Amino acid sequence: MSASLEPTQEQIKEQKLYASMGMSDEEFAMVENILGRVPNWTETGLFSVMWSEHCSYKNSKPVLRKFPTKGPQVLQGPGEGAGIVDIGDEQAVVFKMESHNHPSAIEPYQGAATGVGGIIRDVFSMGARPIAMLNSLRFGELQSKRGKYLFEEVVAGIAGYGNCIGIPTVGGEIQFDPCYEGNPLVNAMCVGLIDHKDIQRGIAAGVGNTVMYVGAKTGRDGIHGATFASEELSEASEEKRPAVQVGDPFMEKLLLEACLEVVKSDALVGIQDMGAAGLTSSSAEMASKAGSGVEMNLDLVPQRETGMTAYEMMLSESQERMLLVVKKGREDEIKTIFDKYGLDAVAIGRVTDDKMLRLVHKGEVVAEVPADALAEDAPVYHKPSKEPAYFAEFQAIENSEPEIEDYKETLLGLLKAPTVASKEWVYDQYDYQVRTNTIVAPGSDAAVLRVRGTNKGLAMTTDCNSRYIFLDPEMGGKIAVAEAARNIVASGGRPLAITDCLNFGNPEKPEIFWQIEKSADGISAACTALNAPVIGGNVSLYNERSGEAVYPTPTIGMVGLVEDLSHVTTQQVKAAGDVVYLVGETATEFGGSELQKLIFGKIFGKAPHIDLEVEASRQEAILTAIREGLLQSAHDVSEGGVAVALAEKTFGAKDLGVHVTLEGSAVTALFSESQSRFIVTVKEENAAAFEKVIPEAKKIGIVTDDALISINGDAGVLLEGTVEEFRSAWKGAIPCLVKSEA
Amino acid sequence: MTKVKIYVTLRESVLDPQGSAVQGSLAKMGYNEVQDIRIGKYLEVVVGDTERDLDSLVKEMCEKLLANTVIEDYRYEVEEAN
Amino acid sequence: MKFAVLVFPGSNCDIDMYHAIKDELGEEVEYVWHDATDLSEFDGVLVPGGFSYGDYLRCGAMANQSNVMAEVKKFAEAGKPVLGVCNGFQILTEAGLLPGALLRNQNLKFMCRTVGLKVENNDTLFTNQYEAGQIINLPIAHGEGNYFCDDETLAELKANNRIVFTYSGENPNGSLEDIAGIMNERGNVLGMMPHPERAVEALLGSDDGLKIFKSIVKMWRESHVS
Repeated sequence: MSASLEPTQEQIKEQKLYASMGMSDEEFAMVENILGRVPNWTETGLFSVMWSEHCSYKNSKPVLRKFPTKGPQVLQGPGEGAGIVDIGDEQAVVFKMESHNHPSAIEPYQGAATGVGGIIRDVFSMGARPIAMLNSLRFGELQSKRGKYLFEEVVAGIAGYGNCIGIPTVGGEIQFDPCYEGNPLVNAMCVGLIDHKDIQRGIAAGVGNTVMYVGAKTGRDGIHGATFASEELSEASEEKRPAVQVGDPFMEKLLLEACLEVVKSDALVGIQDMGAAGLTSSSAEMASKAGSGVEMNLDLVPQRETGMTAYEMMLSESQERMLLVVKKGREDEIKTIFDKYGLDAVAIGRVTDDKMLRLVHKGEVVAEVPADALAEDAPVYHKPSKEPAYFAEFQAIENSEPEIEDYKETLLGLLKAPTVASKEWVYDQYDYQVRTNTIVAPGSDAAVLRVRGTNKGLAMTTDCNSRYIFLDPEMGGKIAVAEAARNIVASGGRPLAITDCLNFGNPEKPEIFWQIEKSADGISAACTALNAPVIGGNVSLYNERSGEAVYPTPTIGMVGLVEDLSHVTTQQVKAAGDVVYLVGETATEFGGSELQKLIFGKIFGKAPHIDLEVEASRQEAILTAIREGLLQSAHDVSEGGVAVALAEKTFGAKDLGVHVTLEGSAVTALFSESQSRFIVTVKEENAAAFEKVIPEAKKIGIVTDDALISINGDAGVLLEGTVEEFRSAWKGAIPCLVKSEA
Repeated sequence: MTKVKIYVTLRESVLDPQGSAVQGSLAKMGYNEVQDIRIGKYLEVVVGDTERDLDSLVKEMCEKLLANTVIEDYRYEVEEAN
Repeated sequence: MKFAVLVFPGSNCDIDMYHAIKDELGEEVEYVWHDATDLSEFDGVLVPGGFSYGDYLRCGAMANQSNVMAEVKKFAEAGKPVLGVCNGFQILTEAGLLPGALLRNQNLKFMCRTVGLKVENNDTLFTNQYEAGQIINLPIAHGEGNYFCDDETLAELKANNRIVFTYSGENPNGSLEDIAGIMNERGNVLGMMPHPERAVEALLGSDDGLKIFKSIVKMWRESHVS
């Protein structure tokens, strides 16, 4: 649509054209009030996109305020491109996780690829060198053709972008459940490293300074992407979807290198990614944060297509672009750097003192609105919350043990369940080694990278068992954080902080809003107990397909510091003769467990209980044992219980096996998912020292050289088999599902 | 037998990273007159005897497999082969 | 000995190559940007992996058009050592410094894993520190590493012992005759898909790759002492 064909102010108001952009009558009235007049078409677009849930968090803000966000280690909390945490030696780690669910549901390869590209930009816009990627993915159970297509293409998209740009994809997790069939979740996390002196902010400070546009040209792709992300998926929404954005990792690699050169220059004042809502959000937010205004001449914006209107340019979500504010008179220094990489770097505007975002196109002012109104003054809604009926029903169900006849068949079945099965088919497609810092590659509890030039490492993981959260959002929220921390600790690190991606259904449904609130309570409590504040993240609501919401899935991304590389610990058993210990109490807890899903095909009852004090002290004890050099291996007990954890400990350990004896009722001992448990192995000569550090640890058996898994109970053998038969079931499950005909 | 020549190209407004990179290289080599490059796929499909309407057959194959209609358009030419 | 690590737009294993030479081998090394027109100060050229020009059009095709490649051709003609790894191998084939081409992996997927390699020829500038027939473990990380050449070329590669490495055990990508690395007729240009620069320290799992660099340095020292 050319500008002359755009609706008039009267038409926008009288025909309620703003509604098609997702704006309510009340919100439109607020805009009229702010401006003192009816907004024109471009201005209506600016407000609608900036006030979308995706950009403004208008529905989730009251919940986000619950999170603990401070700590002595936190250098930058939520509000910038990514959070920053101190790791000593004048260095810091920068990280954030973000969702790209809706785009991935429509075009899985490009949706996932641009999700990866976006989160990488958030990290290097802070001035940090991205050093690792992780992904938290959710799909249906790989039974349908579409489900398999989504899975394969999302993985290929992540690989395509991450491999090309040369940032190792080192970890994450994937879970499968029917609730994600039509609405997969694609959450990408990027971790970066920075020297304190290079930390940048997205601010448009210094009246008269120059606003520069750098990177790829602007096209009509992704217009209103943020609005699209703030609605439920349906047949109708597919009609409305914007032109799909295509990721260009090569362009981003050049942009990354150029930006990391630019941040060393004192000519740079501020830098921000043009992510969701592109040029609009970056300019309005940078002005708002600095208390300034910005005026831009859109004729100067590098354009990929002809005849673009102001509305289209401001709302485009073309990828691989950044907005810079540069000291006046020093634009050429910046331009020289971008020239080296063959990138556009164009002065398109200047910083003003009137706090307005003013846009000029073809000699006319086409929009003039207060920057704060766009960036800060979105309405905040306190949505009604209501406990869903299912919760009381589930709470009323007493914990009980499922009946099992053949323990070995059950273990094989659990190992073949896609959520438990080996993800090698996935990570084989990711370059997890490039930049040669990866000490612990995918396949252990957490990935560990060294910090080059030091003897320190960074452990990183993502976690979220959404089944527990569906059954009991508060308990499940605690568990998600605790499990992430357990993975960090088992790898030899101490948790520093978390980022989260809050994936939920439609918040306008009170039962969904209740899930959001309660899980945030749980996450907050665990973050406080485990000293891991929230330093950033994002919210993805409206994850529904035809009215059915996904399980509440607040994914936790955590980074921990390994103080000495000698502390790095993996899950695999190391040597025959080592003693196997189980740390933590086992109760009969099967609500939301893998076993329950395997046997009943559905989940019900109570989520496992977690006591955060016990969790914190146990993690401290495990870390102490690691730091004293007492542990050969460590693994947390999660989906599938002790039996699965023991099996996983033998996979990848050449020719070794385990022989253990478990106490108590067999089904509980083998498969319960009680929390706060670890299985560790200890050299025999260190057993006494270890038992001093963790007196409650139970010796359950030894590592053997017979490559057998043998588990006994009070009354003899429960199950026995070769490591190879368990391993091949576990390793072959996902390739087999992908290949099978739907 | 009939030969169908199918061209699959990116839809308008969809970025073509490969095309942009190739254009950049050509410009560096001195071919400054090149203004734009869009890269697509060319398929030659030989169709044997069929009772089905050729147009609907080709369209169906394109929509179901040969083109990803979320980001790609297609067009085709039919050539009678001997 | 002084090495050049070439950097093309989109190279991403340049830093790994640099650190392998500087930190693990202890030799001099510098990055050289793709528009450089002089390599005379260097004794060896390393063409690193990555995705030069995004691997768009054909892997290595656009990198081959850059200024520095004309210099690399002269450098190779002068008999000095040139090692291309992964994308570097692809660039050297596009440049005609090595015969054949690298096609998409047989399973059409990118793969990242550690593979076994057999040292087929240890009498080269690049492999003199290995035993003949030695099996080493090196990481691979590529989507297009499936080596192909015509029968005539293959016969010549075989006849002149120019196949330096083959995959041992599993052939990951469908490569012709399990070929993982070949050299030119003169023996001073080696291209290989596996990444020796990723296997230079035990901390990261293997140091089997270090001997390739040590071999180059040894030959250089010998020719410069005499």
